[in-house]
This record gives sequence, C-alpha cells and structure tokens, in this order.
Amino acid sequence: MSYDTLPDGLWTQPEIDLSAVPALDGIETIQRVRLPASISYDYIPGLAPTRFLRGLAEKKILGEKCPVSGDVYVPPRGVSPVAGLPTTEQVELPHTGSVASFCVVHIGFGTNAPPTPFCSALILLDGASVSVYGPIQEIEHDKVRIGMRVEPVWVDDADLSTSFESIKWWRPIDEPDVPAESLKGHM
Amino acid sequence: MGQPEGSADLLQAELVIGYPFNRTTGPVIGAFYTGLREQVVIGIRGSDGRVVCPPYEYDPLSGEPLTELITLGNQGVVESWSWVNTVRELQPLDRPHALALVKLDGADTAMLHVVDAGSPDAISTGSRVEIHWAEERTGAITDIAYFDLAESSSPSSSTAGSDA
Repeated sequence: MSYDTLPDGLWTQPEIDLSAVPALDGIETIQRVRLPASISYDYIPGLAPTRFLRGLAEKKILGEKCPVSGDVYVPPRGVSPVAGLPTTEQVELPHTGSVASFCVVHIGFGTNAPPTPFCSALILLDGASVSVYGPIQEIEHDKVRIGMRVEPVWVDDADLSTSFESIKWWRPIDEPDVPAESLKGHM
Repeated sequence: MGQPEGSADLLQAELVIGYPFNRTTGPVIGAFYTGLREQVVIGIRGSDGRVVCPPYEYDPLSGEPLTELITLGNQGVVESWSWVNTVRELQPLDRPHALALVKLDGADTAMLHVVDAGSPDAISTGSRVEIHWAEERTGAITDIAYFDLAESSSPSSSTAGSDA
C-alpha cells in the first residue's frame, strides 16, 4: 500500500495487481472516462416569469411587488414567498445595481461561460429586494468587491430575446460603493 | 406600472441541461473498464471473501482498500428484472427489453444491465444469460451491449471466486 505520497487523512488509491487478470497483462489501463449527462425538457416559465422574459426582449427589467411588504421580486415568480400572496404590481427596475456577493470561477463549463478565471456575482438592482445572477466583466476578476456599483451590458438590439442571455454581463459604473451593510438580507 | 397582465400566452422553450463529466477512474474501476474493452468482466474480493462486481475500491465492511481482482464468467443468472415495454430516447436498446440484476458466474453480487429477451414471457428470475459484447468497445459499461438469454443451463467455464 502506498500512503506516502499524500498527507495523512487525504485520499489514497489502492495498488492492485493486474497480473491476476491475464487479459490486462501488459495493457495500459483506462485512467479517465467521459460520462456526459444531460436532460432535455420543455420549459414553461409561467405567467410572471413570462412577463419578465418578454421585458428583457425590450431591454426592460421587470420585477413584481408584494402587496404586503412592498418587497420587489426579480425575476418574479408571481407570488410573494413571504406573504404567500400574488404579486399585484409590476415594477420596472433601473439598470443599476450593486454587487451583493460574488465568487471567482476557475473551472468554467457551459457554452456561454466566459474564459476563466471570471467573476460570477449576485447583483442587487436598485429598488429590488432580491439579487439576480450575472457574470462581471470589463474589470479584473480580483478587483470585484461587495458593494461595487454595476450596470448590465446588453446584447445588440437585433439579438435581444426573451432570455436572460439578453444581458451579456455586468460591468462597473463610476459610482462610489454602497456599504455592505445595506445589502444584508438581499442575497 | 400598474397591474401585471394575466396573459395565457405563455412562453415555452426547449432547454437542455448537461454536465460534461470527465472523471478519473482510479485503478479498480479503470481495470474494470479496461477489462470490458478486452471482453473480460472483473470483480474484486472483499474481506469476507465475497466477490463483488462491479468492483468496489474499498471494502464496505472494513473500509480497507481492496486489491484482489477476479475474472468472472461471461454468463450469469437473472436475480431480478423488470420489463421496459415503452422504449424512450437514450435507453440502451431501441426495442422492448428487460432491465435485470445479473449475477455473473464467479460473483456474489448482481449488477444492473440489459437483457434482450424479446418478450417478458421469455425471461424469469433464474434465467441464465450471456454477455453480448458491443462490436466497438471503448472501455465503458456499454461495451456489454446487452445480455442474451443463454441456451446452456450449466454455468460457464470460468467460475473463479464463486461461493463454495
């Protein structure tokens, strides 16, 4: 057994005797396998997300307001999860927000992932109660910080669609950071 | 902006969520996959003497690494099965088939695979089955294309590691 190559407590691999299997004698064994998995499905977003997605095709970010607390949910699901009531009022949100949280991605995958490393963030739009997800570009990934002010970068007008991909990424705007305290509870 | 509209004109999209998994096999599973490519099924002996297939890397009882590879037979016995009558996309066969737990000769555990039995009347618990190897093998569980019902009722030649 070889436990020498890794520090104590870390993962080890047993050494096995391939000579017990004549069929494997002298053959280079398989080390890696590709096991892609995928599910294809029909997505029907529902009434409120449909309104939201139609807004994106017109470069609008549409949230919906809880009738009790006034919280603005974006993307809207049609109900306030706190009050348990339908959202009754549509709110067009400004194209400015603050980075509520972020992480630096070193292993990217997916067809639309930016080159790594890149910064992936939760962005609290001004006037919204919950954050939306988006990559941050046009700034070095290690310069991103919580409270940084950002705006969306949209695809060309001809490419706008009923998809969140109408926003390519978010970029910094020349405004002072907001205090991290003001973002608390709005992840 | 006023009341949200209650339009029944909903959006709909065909979406795919996919993960391009690329995993390292480790020496035990690597040997198992390599064996499949070479038309040999490999099990491994546990601390209690039982032969497990597909092989474990670590003993489920003691947690110790397992190292003793065992070559199994190309035939086995159906321990349990269910019939897939309506074949869906990406299932292993494009015709109705059985999904069965097959205990290969020489193994003490069964593995899940496909039996091309033709009809649910043709298969039963205890049926003997034989590996039908894929023509092109890459070192994957699909190198066993499926199991055929075996005509022979006697165990196949290799019974190494069978419980005495």
